[in-house]
Amino acid sequence: MLIPHPLLGLRDSQEFTYLGDAALMDRPDPAGGNAEAAFTDYVFLRDNPAGVHRELWFHEQGDRSWLVVTRDTVTHEILGAELARDVKLNEEGAQ
Amino acid sequence: MTRLNGGLVDRGTTLSFAFNGKSYAGHPGDTLASALLANGVQLMGRSFKYHRPRGVFSAGSEEPNAMVELREGARQEPNTRATVTELYDGLIARSQNHLGPLNRDLLAMNDYFAPFFAAGFYYKTFMWPRAFWEKLYEPMIRGAAGLGRLSKQADPDAYDKGFLHCDLLVIGGGAAGLAAALTAGRAGAQVILADEDFRLGGRLLAESHTLDDAPATGWAASVAQELASLPNVRLMTRTTVFGVYDHGVYGAVERVADHLATPGPRVRQSLWRITAKRAVLAAGATERHIPFADNDRPGIMLAGAMRAYANRWATAPTRNAADPVAVFANNDDGHRTALDLMAKGVPVLGVIDPRPDAPRLGDYDLFAGGVIDGTKGRLGLSAIRITQDGRSSWHRCGALGVAGGWNPNVHLASHHRGRPVWEETLLAFVPGTGGPSGLFPAGAAAGKGSTAAALQSGMEAARKALAEIGIAATALSLPDAEDAPIRQAAFWHVPGKRRAWVDFQNDVTVKDIALAHKENMRPVEHLKRWTTLGMATDQGKTANISALAVMAELTDKTIPETGTTIFRPPYTGVSLSVLGGGDTGAHFRPKRLTPTHHWAEEQGAVFVEVGAWMRAQYFPRPGETHWRETVDREAKAVRAGVGLCDVTTLGKVDVQGADAGEFLNRLYSNMMGTLAVGKVRYGLMLREDGHAYDDGTCARLSEDHYVVTTTTANAGPVYRNMEFARQCLWPDLDVQVISTTDAWAQIAVAGPKSRALLERIVDEFDLSNAAFPFMACAEMTVCKGLRARLFRISFSGELAYEIAVPARYGQALMARLMEAGADLGVTPYGTEALGVLRIEKGHAAGAELNGQTTAQMLGLGRMVSQKKDSIGAIMSRREGLAADRRRLVGLTPVDPAATVTPGAHLFAEGAARSMATDQGWITSAAFSPHLGSSIGLGFLEDGETRMGEILVAANPLEGQETRLKVVSAHFIDPEGERLRD
Repeated sequence: MLIPHPLLGLRDSQEFTYLGDAALMDRPDPAGGNAEAAFTDYVFLRDNPAGVHRELWFHEQGDRSWLVVTRDTVTHEILGAELARDVKLNEEGAQ
Repeated sequence: MTRLNGGLVDRGTTLSFAFNGKSYAGHPGDTLASALLANGVQLMGRSFKYHRPRGVFSAGSEEPNAMVELREGARQEPNTRATVTELYDGLIARSQNHLGPLNRDLLAMNDYFAPFFAAGFYYKTFMWPRAFWEKLYEPMIRGAAGLGRLSKQADPDAYDKGFLHCDLLVIGGGAAGLAAALTAGRAGAQVILADEDFRLGGRLLAESHTLDDAPATGWAASVAQELASLPNVRLMTRTTVFGVYDHGVYGAVERVADHLATPGPRVRQSLWRITAKRAVLAAGATERHIPFADNDRPGIMLAGAMRAYANRWATAPTRNAADPVAVFANNDDGHRTALDLMAKGVPVLGVIDPRPDAPRLGDYDLFAGGVIDGTKGRLGLSAIRITQDGRSSWHRCGALGVAGGWNPNVHLASHHRGRPVWEETLLAFVPGTGGPSGLFPAGAAAGKGSTAAALQSGMEAARKALAEIGIAATALSLPDAEDAPIRQAAFWHVPGKRRAWVDFQNDVTVKDIALAHKENMRPVEHLKRWTTLGMATDQGKTANISALAVMAELTDKTIPETGTTIFRPPYTGVSLSVLGGGDTGAHFRPKRLTPTHHWAEEQGAVFVEVGAWMRAQYFPRPGETHWRETVDREAKAVRAGVGLCDVTTLGKVDVQGADAGEFLNRLYSNMMGTLAVGKVRYGLMLREDGHAYDDGTCARLSEDHYVVTTTTANAGPVYRNMEFARQCLWPDLDVQVISTTDAWAQIAVAGPKSRALLERIVDEFDLSNAAFPFMACAEMTVCKGLRARLFRISFSGELAYEIAVPARYGQALMARLMEAGADLGVTPYGTEALGVLRIEKGHAAGAELNGQTTAQMLGLGRMVSQKKDSIGAIMSRREGLAADRRRLVGLTPVDPAATVTPGAHLFAEGAARSMATDQGWITSAAFSPHLGSSIGLGFLEDGETRMGEILVAANPLEGQETRLKVVSAHFIDPEGERLRD
C-alpha cells in the first residue's frame, strides 16, 4: 500500500504503524457526566465499516507525523491523508 | 539420444545430468523435461493418491505431473517442476512419491483400492472412532502423504529482496508482452519486462509461425535485443510476477541462480517489490485437456506442449522414434500439432476430433466425430482406442497430444476480487472488470490468442496504459502474423465407465466430481474441498475449468452459472526462503548494541537478547564455574561496594516546551508539573483502559525541559503514544518530544561507594548528600569537560546514581570508571544481578507490569492522582479494576533450600488446586545472596494483610509444590535509608 503523506508525498505503508479508527482522537471529557461510560465506549467500541474509514497511521520510520488516512476498507483505495494535528486543530477551531 | 531437426538448444555443448541415478546428456536451452524426453524417458513420477505412473504433461509452470526432487544434500528441493527446471551440467534429480524404484512403486497398490479413495474419502473414513485419529490415522496418512522429501537441513544459500519502480510493468514476454514493452520502451517510459522463462518469446518459441515470412523466434530475438539496448528498459527473465498488491505494487521472484549447480557468490533468488504506475498482463494462456478413460499415462500430454517440445526443444514425445503420435483435439489449433510433428519427421497416427465437421488441415488421417475412450501401457502409452461412428478400434500409439482449448491466464487480473467473465465465443473465462486498477490484460491472457491479435493488443494496452500517465507512445509497425480464428467445440470430456482424470496431481477424476454432485457438494467451493480438486501444488491450472464443465453438465447449468474459480497470490509457489529475503538466523532482525558492548565483550561478558538489544547478562571471572556464582558475586559487590551497569537500553524521551509539565501531567498518573527543577520523580503511566502500562523517571532539567525514561521494552511504544497524545489529543499544548535513547549512554553507578567513585570523575561538582540528595539531577561536565547528566536514582536500593554522556563516550566513560574505582573494588554487573537487586528491593519490572495489573496491585494506587485527569485515570476507577484485591508481596520458602518458581500459583494450605481457590501467582524470583535463599515477588489476594502467612505455590507442570511465607516485597532496607544516605 502507498500512503500519500501530506508533506512527503507517496510513502510505502511499511514505513507506518497502524493504530485504528480516527475516533480515538475524540477523547471524552473526563469531567463530563457519565465519564466512565463515555470512556468505556472510547476504549473498547469501534465501528468496523466495510467502506470508507478514517484511520490513524503513524509515520514511525519517517517524520513521526500521525496521519488521518481515509481508506476504503473494501478496495483499499486511499481517498486522502491529512496531518492529525491539523485535523484536531481545525475541529477545535470549528467548535 | 535422438533429437529432431531445428530447435533452440545449443547442440555445440553437451550437459550431463542424472535422473534416478542414471546418466543422460542434454544441451543448454533444455529443461529437465525436454532433456528427459530427448532421452526417451517418459515416466517421470507417480501421482499423489493412486501412485499411478506419470509423465510430463505440459511444457511450463502449469505442470501437474513431472515433479522431481532436485539437487542433493542441503539443497535438495522437492516438488520441482521438471518443465521449468533449466538444465545445467551435473544436474541431479530423482522422481518422488514412490516406495521402491519408480517403475515398481509398492504404493501403487493404492490404485487397486481406488473405490475406497473416492471424493470426500478423508472426511468420511477417518471420522471414527475418534480416539484413532491421533494414534493411528494421522501418522498413517502423514507417512503415505506428501510428494517430495525435504532435506531437513538448513538452506545453505543466500536470498535477497529489493524494490523497483517503473512506469509500466509488462508481465510476460511473449508476442503481446514484447509488443507492449517495445511500444513503451521506444516512448521513453521506464519499463520492466518480466517473464518466468529463461528466454523471451513465450509461445513464439514453441510454434512454427512466421512473422513477415521469417521465423517468429528471430523477431522475438531482435525485439529482445532492442529492448536490452534501451537504458529505460529492464529485462527480467527467470522472474515470476506472482501477485498484485494494493496501489500498483507487484510481487516478483527472480530466480537468479536456479539454473546453476550452485549459486556461487550470487544470491539464489531475489524477491522484488515492484511499484508500477501501470502494468500490462501478457501472461498468455494455458491449454486444457479433455478427460477420457485412462488419460493419465506417460506419453499423454497437452498438444501445445507437444508442439513446444518438437519446435523449441527438437524433441519427440515418444520413447521410440518409430511409435506413431496421435492428437485428440476439439479445436483447429490442436491440429497444428500433427502438422508440426509431421514437418519434423515424426510419424503421426492421425487427429481424432469429436466434431463431425472437423477440418483436415494437412496430410494426416482424420477421425472426424471420433473420440478416444481407452488407452494401454503400464509405464507409458502403447495404444489408444478410437471410437468413431459407433465402431471402436485399438491403435498402436507412443504419445498422444490432447487439445481442449486454451484458458487465458487471468490469475493476476482476479487478485483484487476481480471476477473473470465467461466468453462464449472463446469457451473460456477472460479477465473481467473490477480487478486490480492499472492492470491492462493483453494478448492470450485477454482472450486474444492469435499471433496478430496478441501483437496488436499488446501494443494497444501499452499505449492506453501510458496515456493514463501522460506518456504518448506511437504505434509500432507490426509484422504480418497468423490470425487464425478460434474454432472449437464445447466438448468437455468423453463419458465412460473407467476413470478419466481431471486433476492429475491430486488424482481427481470425472467420477469424483459426479460423486460430489451426488452428495450435494455442488458449489464450486464445496466441489474443490470435497474432491481436493485444484488443491495441489499446481493449483489446478490445467484442471479447474474442465472440472467446472463436468459439474455444469451434471447440474444442467451453464459454466458461468456453475461458478468461476478466482485466484489468490501466488501465481506459482514462492519459497519461504525468498519471502524471508535473507532475514534469517542472525539476520532475522537488526541487533542493537549498547555503547559499552565491545568493552563488555573484552571483559568476557555473557550476553542476552532483550528485545533487539544485546545486553551483558553477567561477567564471569576465571575460576567461576556456574553462572549463579558470578551473579551472586556481582550482586554482593553492589551492596558492599560499587558496581557499574550499562542501562542505556532504557528508553529516553526529551520533552521540551512551555507546556511540558502540563503535558506530562496528562501522560503520567502522578503529578509531574509540580516537580522542582533539578529533581527527579518516579512516574507510572496507565493505559487508557486503566491498567498499569509503563514506569520510569521524569527529571526536570529546567523550567521547560524534562527528560523521561521508559522501560527497555516500551521505549518505542511509549514514545509513539506520547506523539499520539501531542498530535492527536492535545495539539494546542506548546510541547515537543523526541526519542534520545540512542543519543545518550547511561551507566548505573550503584553501591555505598558510588559517591566516592563519582567524586573522582566529576569536574568541580558537589556530590555531598546535602548538595545533591536522593532524587536530585543536574547537568555538568565530567572527566575534564565531557558533557554529562547525573541522576541520583536507585533501582538496587543502594546509594546510587545514573550518569549519562553522549553515546560515543559511553565506552570511554565505562573504562574510566573502572580505572578510577579499581581500589574501591568497582565491579561491572549484568542484567542478571540487576534483576536480583531489584527483586530484593521489591521494584516492579516487566513481569509485574505485564499489562494485566493495576496501580493498586503494584502498591502504587496512591500515585494515581485524584486532583487531575491523566490517561487511564477514569478507567482505573471502574469497579472491576478498583475492586481487585490482589497486591504485590514478597515470598520466601519455608525450607531455605527450596526454590521459588515464577509462574507458580498460590493456594491456601489444604485448599483444592482450582481456579476458584487460586489466590494469586508468582511473577519474579531469584536467589538472593543477601538472604541466602530463593525469594520471589507475586500478586496475592489481600496480600498486604497476610504477612507471615504460609501458602503453597503449586507448579503442576513440573509436579512441584513449595511452601512459602508471605513477607514484605522490600526484602532489603524496607525503610529506604540506604538510598538516601
